[in-house]
Amino acid sequence: MNAAIYRRRRWRNRAVMTLASAAAMSGLLVLFLILGTLLVKGVGSLSPAVFTQMTPPPGSAGGLLNAIYGSIVVTLVGTLLGAPVGILAGTYLAEFGRDTRLATVVRFINDVLLSAPSIVIGLFVYTVMVVRMGHFSAWAGGVALALLVLPVVVRTSEDMLRLVPDSMREASAALGSPRWVVILKVAYRAARAGIITGVLLAVARIAGETAPLLFTMLNNQFMSTDMNAPMANLPVVIFQFALSPYKDWQALAWCGALIITAAVLALNIVARALSVARTGSES
Amino acid sequence: MNERTAALGGVALKKPTIEAQESHGTEAAALPEKISVRNLHFYYGESLALKNIALPVYEKKVTALIGPSGCGKSTLLRVFNRMYDLYPKQRAEGEVWFDGENILAQRQDLNLLRARIGMVFQKPTPFPMSIYDNIAFGIRLYERLPKSEMDDRVESSLKRAALWDEVKDKLHSSGLGLSGGQQQRLCIARTIAVRPEVVLLDEPTSALDPIATAKIEELIYQLKSDYTIVIVTHNMQQAARVADYTAFMYLGELVEFGQTQQVFTRPKETRTEDYITGRFG
Repeated sequence: MNAAIYRRRRWRNRAVMTLASAAAMSGLLVLFLILGTLLVKGVGSLSPAVFTQMTPPPGSAGGLLNAIYGSIVVTLVGTLLGAPVGILAGTYLAEFGRDTRLATVVRFINDVLLSAPSIVIGLFVYTVMVVRMGHFSAWAGGVALALLVLPVVVRTSEDMLRLVPDSMREASAALGSPRWVVILKVAYRAARAGIITGVLLAVARIAGETAPLLFTMLNNQFMSTDMNAPMANLPVVIFQFALSPYKDWQALAWCGALIITAAVLALNIVARALSVARTGSES
Repeated sequence: MNERTAALGGVALKKPTIEAQESHGTEAAALPEKISVRNLHFYYGESLALKNIALPVYEKKVTALIGPSGCGKSTLLRVFNRMYDLYPKQRAEGEVWFDGENILAQRQDLNLLRARIGMVFQKPTPFPMSIYDNIAFGIRLYERLPKSEMDDRVESSLKRAALWDEVKDKLHSSGLGLSGGQQQRLCIARTIAVRPEVVLLDEPTSALDPIATAKIEELIYQLKSDYTIVIVTHNMQQAARVADYTAFMYLGELVEFGQTQQVFTRPKETRTEDYITGRFG
């Protein structure tokens, strides 16, 4: 053994290790800076009024109730439209298409959609829905978000189903199961936690999306439950309030940002816990 | 079961004549053949994996398929329940007669066929559900049983697979929590719960320790009274222990078939002799 070579290798190992640790720490640092800022600036205006009153005109008291309601509704619509289609498409890719030409094309297009800027999705829905219908609406917002949910769910569903070993499918078929029983009762069952995790991650992604809603759902100063009319929602309210010159609006924007972040963080933690439960049960 | 047989009998073609299998011993000629393979060729894409196989599988006997890796024994086994049909590039040519019908025929209902010809795999494959549901899964595919009858079926299947005493107190916990040997017996219980006529075993003990292996072999011996069994094995002692008939395959060909004792003590082919005496493979 050559001592010089060994020393140099050890030195190099330490240098790279230090760099890698520093990079990891700086990532964490940014995350905690964001969370810290949000807490400091947002917690002050967090009060029951935030959850019980409408967005106010400048200079008067108010809350974010209409925006929170709108965000929940549009996220639900987006998920309910996007996730089932995504799971079915993922099922096609993993169970039926596999290596066929169609599957390859679908997979490629899905990857393109996955990386499409959300503002492009917003403009697309604006053109095909808002312009044709003649007005902004909560439905249009839901459709835009569904288009963002779709590729994420397609991808995770396919990946999770592919993790189910073929031996499991063969074992099921060997008992005389038709194809649909194999998929419904065995493959879905084995991949269930992973598919749910994928849907939750997609929900977390759309919960904070602003750009697609700007062009579709717009905003509403008042409480509205009409799906065919513009509806308030947290991201757009934050956008408008944060840019405004009014102190009380800015405070509400910080508060809204804190609420969204907390909700997304909670979803991520649930998704994480589910995927841990999945790997735990497989061992 | 009778209904199912009758339903399949409706599409039966001609019954193959049971020819005396020359050189298979005098006893063999008198036995009913549960499965008869004629002129079977098998392809993975372009490559020929089985060449002109002809083989009888006698009813309620254990037939072992032995041979070195890649000789086609698992491939042959997977023809019997048409498992290869799950993969588009695999195809078989020739005839495989099972109760008077050629199962290679296009019109064969694969799900019914697989309910009548069960299979247990090399690696235990419990489904991600409870022990009880693992057994009930196959039964529910073809039968609607009231709860009490289902309980009885599950119990008798587990007893038959010599697993009941070990799991009777945890029927509703996950099948994934069992040991490898228990999982394999669970898979055997699951297969016989459907009441098949033939059970195919694809190296069922190669992932198990010697004690678990001994249990499975004992079980095979017990099952012979009710089922026709075909077992693929790498382990020649295992073939000698459990099988009534043994087929030696090499490079996609059936080299020799006969009563196990004859194949192991007085092989007719030198290739068989070389293999069983350990000169290759």
